[in-house]
Amino acid sequence: MLLDVRNVVKRFPGSDQPVTVLDGVSMSVAAGETVALTGESGSGKSTLLHIIGGLEPCDEGAVIFEGTDLTGLDDAGRASVRRSNISVVFQQFNLIPSLTIEQNLTFQAQLAGVQASADDLAQSLGLQGQLRKYPEELSGGQQQRVAIGRALAAAPKLVLADEPTGNLDETTGSAVFELLVAQARDRATGLLIATHSERLAGLADRRLHLSHGRLTG
Amino acid sequence: MTWAVIRALLSHWRRRPFQLVTLLLGLSLATGLWSGVQAINAEARKSYGEAADILGGGGLTELVRQDGAPILPQTFVAIRRGGWLVSPVVDGWIEADRGRVRVLGVDPFSMPAGTPAAMAIAPQDLTTMLGRNGVLMADPVTATRLTGLGERLQTGEGIAPGLLLADIEAAAELVGQVGYDRLLLDPKQPLRQTPLNEIAPELQRRAPETAEDLGRLTDSFHLNLTAFGLLSFAVGLFIVNGSVGLAFEQRRPVFRTLRALGVTARRLVWLLTLELLAIALVAGVIGIFMGYLIAAALLPDVAATLRGLYGASVDGALTLSPLWWLSGIAIACLGTALAAASGLIRVARMPLLAPAKPRAWAMATGSAMRWQLALAGHSLVVALIGFAFGELIGGFILLGGFLIAAALALPSVLAVLIVAVARLAKGPVATWFWADTRQQLPGLSLALMALLLALSANIGVGTMVASFRTTFTGWLDQRLVSDLYVTLENTADTPALMAFLETRSEAVLPIWHVDAEVLGGPAEIYGVVDHPIYSENWPLLAANPDVWEQIAVGEGALINEQLSRREGLAPGDPLLLPGGWETTVTGVYSDYGNPIGQVVIPLPVLIDRYPQADKTDFGVLVDGDTEPLKRALSEDFGLPVENLVDQAALKAFSLSIFERTFAVTGALNILTLAVAGIAILTSLLTLASMRLPQLAPVWALGITRKTLGRIELIRAVVLAGFTFVLAVPVGLGLAWVLLAIINVEAFGWRLPMHLFPRDWLWLAVLSLAAAGLASLWPARQLAKRPPADLMRVFTHER
Ligand SMILES: Nc1ncnc2c1ncn2[C@@H]1O[C@H](COP(=O)(O)OP(=O)(O)OP(=O)(O)O)[C@@H](O)[C@H]1O
Ligand SMILES: [Mg+2]
Repeated sequence: MLLDVRNVVKRFPGSDQPVTVLDGVSMSVAAGETVALTGESGSGKSTLLHIIGGLEPCDEGAVIFEGTDLTGLDDAGRASVRRSNISVVFQQFNLIPSLTIEQNLTFQAQLAGVQASADDLAQSLGLQGQLRKYPEELSGGQQQRVAIGRALAAAPKLVLADEPTGNLDETTGSAVFELLVAQARDRATGLLIATHSERLAGLADRRLHLSHGRLTG
Repeated sequence: MTWAVIRALLSHWRRRPFQLVTLLLGLSLATGLWSGVQAINAEARKSYGEAADILGGGGLTELVRQDGAPILPQTFVAIRRGGWLVSPVVDGWIEADRGRVRVLGVDPFSMPAGTPAAMAIAPQDLTTMLGRNGVLMADPVTATRLTGLGERLQTGEGIAPGLLLADIEAAAELVGQVGYDRLLLDPKQPLRQTPLNEIAPELQRRAPETAEDLGRLTDSFHLNLTAFGLLSFAVGLFIVNGSVGLAFEQRRPVFRTLRALGVTARRLVWLLTLELLAIALVAGVIGIFMGYLIAAALLPDVAATLRGLYGASVDGALTLSPLWWLSGIAIACLGTALAAASGLIRVARMPLLAPAKPRAWAMATGSAMRWQLALAGHSLVVALIGFAFGELIGGFILLGGFLIAAALALPSVLAVLIVAVARLAKGPVATWFWADTRQQLPGLSLALMALLLALSANIGVGTMVASFRTTFTGWLDQRLVSDLYVTLENTADTPALMAFLETRSEAVLPIWHVDAEVLGGPAEIYGVVDHPIYSENWPLLAANPDVWEQIAVGEGALINEQLSRREGLAPGDPLLLPGGWETTVTGVYSDYGNPIGQVVIPLPVLIDRYPQADKTDFGVLVDGDTEPLKRALSEDFGLPVENLVDQAALKAFSLSIFERTFAVTGALNILTLAVAGIAILTSLLTLASMRLPQLAPVWALGITRKTLGRIELIRAVVLAGFTFVLAVPVGLGLAWVLLAIINVEAFGWRLPMHLFPRDWLWLAVLSLAAAGLASLWPARQLAKRPPADLMRVFTHER
């Protein structure tokens, strides 16, 4: 199993007592598998993805990635996992504003020590002719494509995507979502993707629903 | 409604008290440095302004003798008979405790009404002052120094410090002079008069502005201080700008919410202006107290400098006028307005729900950078015009234009440097580092400009001071040739002294001189004997090859650099001296620290032409220790110890005057650098909150917060390093302008420039350390930043 999440509990400090957002969540993602995560707003989708990506610690439980428990690693260890094995795509502001599209596309690959051609990536993402521009000169959909390209260029084993199309209109959103799923399948990359859209979730191999801190199948 | 809005706005400061402290600190430091310098200037100006007014006759035309000799009483009488309304003045010096006191003798009856001296005398004092034995008047402080005058001395208000006011006859007796120094011409003259050149052809009119004016001599000193005050103020404003920017940036969500809730942009701006006004008032009061402390700490040094350098009398104590308080508050408000204007405008224009676009913001300031560069070009043109114009004011225009141009051009030059270095960068992190540094430049440029100004002022003034010290010490060694300087009480003792020293010394060199008017300006004429010690040591700048041979045979005259520059005289030129005789300039020597002209002629000529010369001073050459001779002179010959000064003491005294001048600039230098350091800190803090969207993606990609923090620190140090490298040529340019232009225009002498790279190295270390220190805290904050803060960038609308 590529990713094994076991009994993860996460509490946030509330106004008088802690609020339990994740209440013993267990799940897994196999290599090359595409899994969709749905749930109401505030149900804890983002929180779960952040914990898996090592961006936030959890209170109980384990996140086992390729046999290693990420919750046992320190800040530097988790950062190194993010550099080379787990890529994250957020809803917005994924790109580094001071770098060009070309530099953004290859940035993570270079960090991971992987060869990547910005031209090829641009070709496959439909971003030809945008390489010299800066992120703010691109539309939201284009920016998300760059983020996807950047995440995949580093050849990670797992991509975590948190509502990558949440800021886009219906048509653009579908196109970007389909691109992400297709590219991940092409490269046999595991993909865990949080979304509000039932229709898009249907494109995944498997669906998980988060409600009241617990997962339902 | 308004109260709720105010509460919402003010709650910000409760959550961030430190920010409020920086804001107050920056503003009060700026106000403090500025008003401190103003207090010093005002105090000094007031003192000798009063003196100059009274001495100069309050802007009246005067009659003086062309040769500078006193005007005889019979000439005065003849002029009065010729129908002229004139009033005689005696102007001299007497010895007092702690230096000399100026004696001003006036004729209370003929004194033109409205002159300051006339107004300083109360009507009831008028009668008591009259005559040879009349009452003498001085201000209370000066009176304590005039212990020898007894009952006759009375104190009065409105008399300038360091001045003794007396009846014309009493004054003539006190200074031991027959005749008057000048005649004041009453502005209201009768219609018919005998032409002056028929009565007294030796007299010439002197317009009021050529009357000896202490103000002009000291102007450059005060301009120096003012420039420093202004610089510190500007640097302080950078801090305020940073803090206000930070407070505004952090409150953006609050502003937006308030706007969304129906608060108009106008009302928001009004309330923020009120808030700033309150802050400015508090900071202004604190700043005025700081300014008072600075002025009180520096004024004794300034007073000593002015006394030693220019003979100007300044009270060492500080009195403050309400105007000074008001202007301090006003400058604080003005500074706040200047520093906060851009922030307020942005609030007024803020679209209701537009998301923040840091890069768009940076690009907008990118066009501001081009603007700045154009402005820098204009400043440079202004500077060159100042250079071409010449004179002191031109020198200062050159100085100001040059500094402003350098500061304005800094961001563009740094950008070019960074782009060039970025080409050499290898690897993604290095590429990102330089791209990000380049992007941060607009946000940091104010602080870096402040640093550039502080550093180049430091290098420039440091170079000037050190050049001065080196040159001056070397020059003192040359000029103070005698080992012991002896002053006789009475000229009649001269033969006895000569005989006494005959066997006890190697040589006795009379240093006799007369104060006179040379070519329309005040000057001293000295006589020298023929002695090899002069030809070996005298610091000549230009001379005929046979200058000393000519002196030996009683011909020629040496003049100081001041006189040479003022009159455009070079060796070989003819020189007209008082008494209407002519000689030839045979040499020009450097004479640092002397505001007036000097002429050196052979001693026999001096005695022959000016029998009234002061013949009481002697230099004595001694083989070995001077102590035994000093003791012998005081115990066996009976001279007071005060009349015996050895060379070492004289050197120490002369040097100490300059050391104190430079202590003042040195202290201001350090303060300015400290203020620049604080400016960097506040700018970094401002940027820290705006930079999260730039840092969060890098962090999410696997660069730890600790590394990011370290990179931030390195960035600050690198930028400070670049700025320092650019500050060196700017500072040297500044030093050159000060030494070769300002000094020549202000004092009439030019100093050679010496370079002290070791001082720069120290300054480089200091500035890098300051930048590192300033960024330490923001870097730590970044390293400790909760991941949730960074994550919010991706999930929440900011
Ligand atoms: N840093 C935090 N401090 C306190 N509470 C938090 C924090 N982050 C998230 N929460 C809370 O945890 C819960 C889950 O938030 P999360 O962002 O994971 O939901 P989500 O499912 O991603 O919602 P959405 O679909 O709106 O993105 C919410 O109730 C939220 O208020
Ligand atoms: Mg979410």
